Amino acid sequence: MTASVTIENVSKIFGAFTALDNVSLDIRAGEFIVLLGPSGCGKTTLLSILGGFLSPSSGRVTIGGQDMTYVAPSKRPTTTMFQDYALFPHMRLVDNVGFGLRMRGLAKAERDEKALGFLDLVGLKASAGKRPHELSGGQRQRVALARALAVDPDVLLLDEPLGALDLKLRRQMQDELKAIQKRVGTTFVHVTHDQEEAMAIADRIVVMNQGRIEDFGPPSEVYMRPRSLFSAGFMGEVNFVSGRVAAADASSARVETALGSLALPAQNFTASSPKAGDRITLTIRPEHFRADDRAEGPTVALGEARVAGSAFFGTHYRCHLQPCATDTRALVAHLPQSASVREGEIVPLAVRAADVVALPATGGHA
Amino acid sequence: MLRKISASVLSWTYLVLVYAFIFLPVAVLVLFSFQDGRLPVPPFNGFSLQWYEAVFADRKLMAALGNSMVVALASSVISVLLGFLAAYALARYKLPGSALQRGLLIAPMTVSYLIIALGLLSVLNALHVPLSLMTVGIGHVVINLPLCFAIIYASMGDHHINIERAARDLGASDFKVMALVTAPMLMPSILAAFFLSVTFSWDEFIIAFLLSRFDVTLPVEIWSMLRSGLNPKTNAIGSLVFLASVAVLFILELSLFGRTKKQ
Repeated sequence: MTASVTIENVSKIFGAFTALDNVSLDIRAGEFIVLLGPSGCGKTTLLSILGGFLSPSSGRVTIGGQDMTYVAPSKRPTTTMFQDYALFPHMRLVDNVGFGLRMRGLAKAERDEKALGFLDLVGLKASAGKRPHELSGGQRQRVALARALAVDPDVLLLDEPLGALDLKLRRQMQDELKAIQKRVGTTFVHVTHDQEEAMAIADRIVVMNQGRIEDFGPPSEVYMRPRSLFSAGFMGEVNFVSGRVAAADASSARVETALGSLALPAQNFTASSPKAGDRITLTIRPEHFRADDRAEGPTVALGEARVAGSAFFGTHYRCHLQPCATDTRALVAHLPQSASVREGEIVPLAVRAADVVALPATGGHA
Repeated sequence: MLRKISASVLSWTYLVLVYAFIFLPVAVLVLFSFQDGRLPVPPFNGFSLQWYEAVFADRKLMAALGNSMVVALASSVISVLLGFLAAYALARYKLPGSALQRGLLIAPMTVSYLIIALGLLSVLNALHVPLSLMTVGIGHVVINLPLCFAIIYASMGDHHINIERAARDLGASDFKVMALVTAPMLMPSILAAFFLSVTFSWDEFIIAFLLSRFDVTLPVEIWSMLRSGLNPKTNAIGSLVFLASVAVLFILELSLFGRTKKQ
């Protein structure tokens, strides 16, 4: 089963600390949503409110159209997969997975059969008689998933479930989680602080910071067209270049920066439409710099820069480029493997106007 | 080299002396329970089981043995149950004055058994409750509840909270969480608390003496036997009491050790 989730103006205040500040979110049935943000951003608080372990200070939560704001966890169509797996140490795996079914009054034979089916789903049918302490971290993780799914929840809440696994296993479990979510069709709400994990599994990512939602959209959109400086900085490496809107009309705007002036399409102003005189910050991903202007598509020249340092990363060269025009801080650029970059060399800087996102210059420069 | 040897000889001597100090009285007690003669003092005349025969033939003694078992088991079950509930409440819920409540629960440990017995005696008198095995049991719950509470409370770690949350999340009621998840997880410490309070109740004399009348427990019966002088029969029954305590500790060790090794 699956259900949509609506969060309306939810706030949560602990004493003097505002953990969630007027958060609203619409999640469609069957979506894989990732709540992404640094620790303390409120993502786990939001998940606890969805699971019923916390009540919001104000606002409303509906699941499948039904008001769930103050409903106890056991009465909600949600189950939670905890970060430390929270398996029952004294029970065999089949009893762990069948626990929720037992609470729903299923006879032993029936719930054992169903539990074995879910253990099979996560590839652990052969270990059904083992106890949790006999398993590896990744296997415990799978049992926790099977246990949470066995009661057929409408919404599965995952609290940093991959946090305790090593990197390789984590990447592997991401793919498995995604595949299982597709198979069962349940709405997944997954909390993480790892933006690569978020991009790997999410249908849509919710970027959170200081109790607020900074950005919400499919991974490519959040990465390519971030709606806040925080979101741009959290989703990956980015260069911030401050500037000012010199002139704007309905379709484009001219922006003056220390690197030169460039014309940007109006839709690249993702947070608000441009007005002449606005102070803005341009965000440029490292891979969007072209060291030469033979690159495909129309580019905008941004003067020249000196290569201050470079390192080979396999897929690309990561370079520190010091713009010649100003003494602002060095830019980070990812240049293709084929580029021959030497320290001290002067290279021309260019970007495609379509790749540059302009945001209001309110937030600090991350 | 010489220093090393002498140090090792010294430490072995020390070890032997310590164990001799602890176990010599018990060894002597057990040895003279097999005395072939009327006096449980040296010299050892020969091996005989006559005093054990006498013990098992003594109906008063056997009745006291049964009474002791009933009191020990019943009072321990109640102590563990109450101790578990108190520990669960104080570990999992925010209660008013929880530090004070913890202190109050453990306080009886610091009061001497004599004072507790005298206090209970006057309360029971005031309430016109006749003395019986039940009043002895009440006394043993008073002394064992703090112990059970302390042992179980100490083992209720925060790492169990998420496991209980998970159970609740999967639809378990508060009672089912406690019965199916919390109690089984804490079984090693619950068993430890239970067996320790069984041995304490089994050996306890002052409260059992002051709070009983016609039906008495084994220590009280042994005491009344002692008033007519030492005799190998008291050694025999003493050995049996000791054997029972050792057996209980052995079970405790096995059940605890077996579980902790598995987890």
